[in-house]
Amino acid sequence: MGTTQSGIHRGRLAPTEYETNFSDLHPRLDDHEALVAADRCYFCYDAPCMTACPTSIDIPLFIRQISTGNPVGSAKTIFDQNILGGMCARVCPTETLCEQVCVRNTAEHRPVEIGRLQRYATDVAIATNTHFYERAARTGKAIAVVGAGPAGLACAHRLAVAGHDVVVFEAREKAGGLNEYGIATYKAVDDFAQAEVDYVLSIGGIEVKNGLKLGRDFTLSDLTANFDAVFLGMGLSGVNALGAEGENLPGVVDAVDFIAELRQAADKATVPVGRRVVVIGGGMTAIDAAVQAKLLGAEEVTICYRRGKEQMNASEFEQDLAASKGVMIRHWLQPKRVIARDGHVAGIEVEYTEMRDGKLTGTGETGVLAADQIFKAIGQTFEPAGLGSLAMASGRIAIDAEGRTSVANVWAGGDCVKAGEDLTVTSVAQGRDAADSINRMLAAGAQPSIAVA
Amino acid sequence: MADLRNNFVGIKSPNPFWLASAPPTDKAYNVERAFKAGWGGVVWKTLGEEGPPVVNVNGPRYGAIWGADRRLLGLNNIELITDRDLYTNLREMKQVKMNWPDRALIASIMVPCEEESWKAILPLVEETGADGIELNFGCPHGMSERGMGAAVGQVPEYIEMVVRWCKQYTRMPVITKLTPNITDIRKPARAAKAGGTDAVSLINTINSIVSVDLDNFAPNPTVGGKGTHGGYCGPAVKPIALNMVAEIARDPETYGLPISGIGGITTWRDAAEFLALGAGNVQVCTAAMTYGFKIVQEMISGLSDWMDSKGHRSLDDICGRAVPNVTDWQYLNLNYIAKAHIDQDACIKCGRCHIACEDTSHQAITQFVDGVRHFEVMEDECVGCNLCVNVCPVENCITMVGLEPGTLDQRTGKVVDPNYANWTTHPNNPAARQAAE
Repeated sequence: MGTTQSGIHRGRLAPTEYETNFSDLHPRLDDHEALVAADRCYFCYDAPCMTACPTSIDIPLFIRQISTGNPVGSAKTIFDQNILGGMCARVCPTETLCEQVCVRNTAEHRPVEIGRLQRYATDVAIATNTHFYERAARTGKAIAVVGAGPAGLACAHRLAVAGHDVVVFEAREKAGGLNEYGIATYKAVDDFAQAEVDYVLSIGGIEVKNGLKLGRDFTLSDLTANFDAVFLGMGLSGVNALGAEGENLPGVVDAVDFIAELRQAADKATVPVGRRVVVIGGGMTAIDAAVQAKLLGAEEVTICYRRGKEQMNASEFEQDLAASKGVMIRHWLQPKRVIARDGHVAGIEVEYTEMRDGKLTGTGETGVLAADQIFKAIGQTFEPAGLGSLAMASGRIAIDAEGRTSVANVWAGGDCVKAGEDLTVTSVAQGRDAADSINRMLAAGAQPSIAVA
Repeated sequence: MADLRNNFVGIKSPNPFWLASAPPTDKAYNVERAFKAGWGGVVWKTLGEEGPPVVNVNGPRYGAIWGADRRLLGLNNIELITDRDLYTNLREMKQVKMNWPDRALIASIMVPCEEESWKAILPLVEETGADGIELNFGCPHGMSERGMGAAVGQVPEYIEMVVRWCKQYTRMPVITKLTPNITDIRKPARAAKAGGTDAVSLINTINSIVSVDLDNFAPNPTVGGKGTHGGYCGPAVKPIALNMVAEIARDPETYGLPISGIGGITTWRDAAEFLALGAGNVQVCTAAMTYGFKIVQEMISGLSDWMDSKGHRSLDDICGRAVPNVTDWQYLNLNYIAKAHIDQDACIKCGRCHIACEDTSHQAITQFVDGVRHFEVMEDECVGCNLCVNVCPVENCITMVGLEPGTLDQRTGKVVDPNYANWTTHPNNPAARQAAE
């Protein structure tokens, strides 16, 4: 087959090439590498990395524990703040979070490898099946969690630790959310997402019900009627349209579907890819789709982003990664029209853009990029369903600082709320903090009320 | 080009870097390699008396502590004196000295504390053409249990006695090697001088247990489930050695007694420090055992380049230069006032200076200024202790700046006095008060 045959085909590469291409992007540090990396940490006071972490992991402490030969204790330090610390170690854009503010950058332009050290420690705990938490005595309270993604799992875990019984309603076949369906294959090899789900659920007291979708199979009011509290952590199910003519042609694909298909494919050779692929978008999803299209054997992969490099949501690291895999990133180009031949995608007409009076505007100059497959990666949207009168803000669920929604006893977190950054680690923080808020509410309810004069 | 030639009690060597008596100098093969690498001299591994040689353990002989990235900071050993036949050693020494006439070759000796034993071995050593002898009164393990090594070095009377025998029975210069496992290093040095020694060398290794195997609950190195204290050496012992060298160098009773400095010397800089504190040359072991003989090239070029950059032409220009500046605490100038200063451009904002000062010292470094993470010394709280300088990971980021006389010390509210004043005359000193009355 090879990389040069036109059209969308599976099996472009030899089996060993698939194996190489989709192996671990950053293999786990071995013991010696971890010690050397850990030795670089200065054990800063009130460390900037810790402040930059959305889950506030005590990074200097966990690194010091690694350096003193206690990776298990290190893992506990991580999990205390972030029970999904294993996946976050793999997918966090550390270069814009903890590692960006590492003081080593100032002197050496090279931060401590916090992400890889975190993975080292959490891998030890998960591989040795070491567990750190026990459920408190059962409280008799039941809490519904909608969505078994990072926010929902983090919330469910903390609630279970507190002794509550948790039921997680998950629309898809497997738990994990974007960790299972939305992460590039080479960032979470060896079915790590499911291993992590199993690790989290082993606390007990959490029942995951798959195949049940809010708005289709039940409503929010069903939950509020039957549970003491509800946490909504649905994520985003809608995909933004290109707004370009011909975008429904065969060969125009949602990048998130492509990424999910690839993740679920036991044999990557079964996933078809075009010879020439164009990805529209400038975020992590665009990069993940583009890089993986290239790794599947596409001859030519081009990302078209309608603004400049500085505005791309994809981190510098991700952009460099794409470039290193041979992906061409082009800026200041917007899609105009998908061009068809014989009822199938043959190319895309794009228009140059520029900022005019602070507004992105097409210049009128157009060109055609040949393509037999086009990925749409220009953002996802929240599709509210079954939420009744729940208040929204900017198209997502409105919450207060504790994660409370406009409806009593209903909390929300993760991508379905407006938070600014759609990051796994932010979702974990929101799920965790909502659980704390729910705990406080339930604990207060258990106390006799005190009249205040 | 600085002249590194060394003349230590009449023993000449092309540079002041000798290898100390230890495993690296146990046989001709090693010593030949050392001389090829450029070492100025060697002190051959300690010879014992004629007869069946000592035996060593057949399990691990060394233990260590490490810094970051397993950089070896301290080593200890439980090896004894040479376990080779005396005559084999003597034959090899003679051959090596013939091969390398310009290098110093010293015989380290340890025999029972009896006149006959010393009288018997000295002519044998002399016959090799060795340039001098070093009396091993320092080995802290094994041999000391048999009344030798440190067991002698810890009793000044024995030192004096043995040195006297040696001076009586050989024309070779005598270097007396001292053990640091003693409370006052000046006592054995004085005894050696009284016995007529030509020089002292120090320090030998320090009694130590480097670590405990927490699986077997036994000291490391563990030999069949048991361990014993070993002799500690390497970079970690340098400060102890420097102090002991200085104590002897500035003791009026031993002032001027040549000293061969030993203890953790790893770089040219370490060597220069020993020389400055009164050593006439230096001996190295652990650094060579860690990195091989080639390190001497760095030491030679480093010392030479530093001397050139400072205009020092020969070793005499630097030897002992720091001795007059070593004094007792009571003579330190209490009117000298310094404050820490943080170079904000160099600061990487790790916060270590702040937390060290805040948790453990004088609460004199800010964490925030106007709500922004910013570390700055509050001069009205700073006592000038230097802790922040020492914990800062960035070299020269924090420095101690002395206050000019006449300026205000914000902490005390007093103007800095230009006059020298020390504890002996301080009003809080009861002895000073008594003298005044």
